[in-house]
Amino acid sequence: MAQIKKAEGFIDWLDQRLAVKKFMQVMMTEYWIPKNINFLWAMGVVLIVLFAILFVSGIFLLMYYKPDVKLAFDSVNYTIMQEVKYGWLWRHLHAVAASAIFLVIYIHMFVAIYYGSYKQGREVIWIGGMLLFMTFSAEAFSGYMLPWGQMSYWAAAVITNLFGGIPVIGPELVVWIRGNFVVSDATLTRFFMLHVVLLPVVIMALIAFHFYTLRFPHVGNELGEEIDFDKEAEKYKAGNKKEAKVIPFWPMFLSKDIFVVCVFMVGFFYLTFFHFNFAMDPINFEPADSMKTPLHIYPEWYFLWSYEVLRGFFFSSDLGLIAFGIANGIFLFMPWLDRSPVVAPAHKRPMFMIWFWALIADLIVLTVYGKLPPTGVNAYIGFVASIAFLGLFAALPFITSIEAKKAGRAS
Amino acid sequence: MNRRDFLGMALGGVAAVGAGATLVAMKGAWDPLPSVISAGFTTVDLSGMAEGEFKTVEWRGKPVYVLKKTAAMKKCEDRDVVVGNADYSLGIQICTHLGCIPSYDKGEMKFKCACHGGEFDACGKNTFGPPPTPMEIPPFRIDGEKLVLGEEGPEYKKLSGKA
Repeated sequence: MAQIKKAEGFIDWLDQRLAVKKFMQVMMTEYWIPKNINFLWAMGVVLIVLFAILFVSGIFLLMYYKPDVKLAFDSVNYTIMQEVKYGWLWRHLHAVAASAIFLVIYIHMFVAIYYGSYKQGREVIWIGGMLLFMTFSAEAFSGYMLPWGQMSYWAAAVITNLFGGIPVIGPELVVWIRGNFVVSDATLTRFFMLHVVLLPVVIMALIAFHFYTLRFPHVGNELGEEIDFDKEAEKYKAGNKKEAKVIPFWPMFLSKDIFVVCVFMVGFFYLTFFHFNFAMDPINFEPADSMKTPLHIYPEWYFLWSYEVLRGFFFSSDLGLIAFGIANGIFLFMPWLDRSPVVAPAHKRPMFMIWFWALIADLIVLTVYGKLPPTGVNAYIGFVASIAFLGLFAALPFITSIEAKKAGRAS
Repeated sequence: MNRRDFLGMALGGVAAVGAGATLVAMKGAWDPLPSVISAGFTTVDLSGMAEGEFKTVEWRGKPVYVLKKTAAMKKCEDRDVVVGNADYSLGIQICTHLGCIPSYDKGEMKFKCACHGGEFDACGKNTFGPPPTPMEIPPFRIDGEKLVLGEEGPEYKKLSGKA
């Protein structure tokens, strides 16, 4: 046991027992962040703020929500929206934050791809991030089911049905996941459990893991420069703050982050109070009806690209399902598909730059056509865009191998 | 084997059995309840049906249509269900494209889907538009003048090519 002395004050009392000073150093005041970064490096903290908003608004929704097929729709659309004071606020915050968090996740993810922040010792950060993306997708899907409107029901029916495509066990698996032959009360209640307990716990654990994986390789920077963090930290601590290439996470970096969060929040609250409708599909204000399919089913905007890859192979649902599976898993392998050791922003990597913007353009096309009915020429555009998506990832190892060879020759 | 290895293996063994048993319980807790499974069978009485009559019943939350064919209607050896002397067309009335429910047009004797314009003939075969396959035939057993949906009778196995 440590030597416990009479404490000089409350902090010292805690420090003797919990080493809070050392802890603060490691986590905050001596956690070094490079100087050459821009506002795009603030997305992580924006995400944390959005997750906190989802968590808090979710707690308030949870107190009146009823996970029962007979009660769910009215508990949301009548009790929470009409009777609970500020119930509308929690619901709109929750819906808008769910949409916004995906927007920022995508920005966060593509910033990492653009600047090559997934390689040279940062592979595990990337994997943790992609696991978070997948868990958030499951969280969004399970949450979308809860208001038990027509879109909730049919999204649940279509997505659980996808598991039926798995060879051999598929049909039994679908019934097992649903707890019934169709999406029903058992399905609603178990997805409610996933949404409010299991998945949030997994998300919080993954967030802690994501932070931890970041702590040793440190964040990347705008130029892909390799920084000797120990050396730069020594300069900073010696008072040579101007020459040091790093600043501490707290208070320097976080104060900049908080500024970006404030700017972001202006837009966020504007949407919450004045334009929340984009996150509230009108079809979902009709109660779920297993005997009547809405004319046109589509997911929320953030799933449209992968939904379009699923639908793109309109002539074969098996191929569509395989492509959908690849689309959802392929990003995990980014650190290994990129064969080039060059860590630099895309605009310093000519071929990668073209690849990057082609991918973004393709994802936008997929997203737009994912919302349109898959008839006539739309089906073919969807097919071409889906092929292009798979093609881009198939091409990435070759493009980056050429780059790696050139880089080898240059040095 | 020394004493520590034995203790380690005993602990590992007991833990593995416990983990396995837990997984069984977890899997079982997610299974459909017995009441759900027993409600998964629907009996349709065909005795009162007139020729050309079309009706829809609910089976496992899905609409299933039964159409008693008239003599004028085309026969489909690979899909028709013969009960007594009459031919019936039977299928899950869900479009095989994206899961919409097509409606039956008695005049034209075909199914039309409002979602994406798919069409099926009176046999339930896709004839036009995006549906990739005919409408699915639910498992059934013929019991006199009745159809029991959800059970696999010999006639169903024959139709689905299992026997």
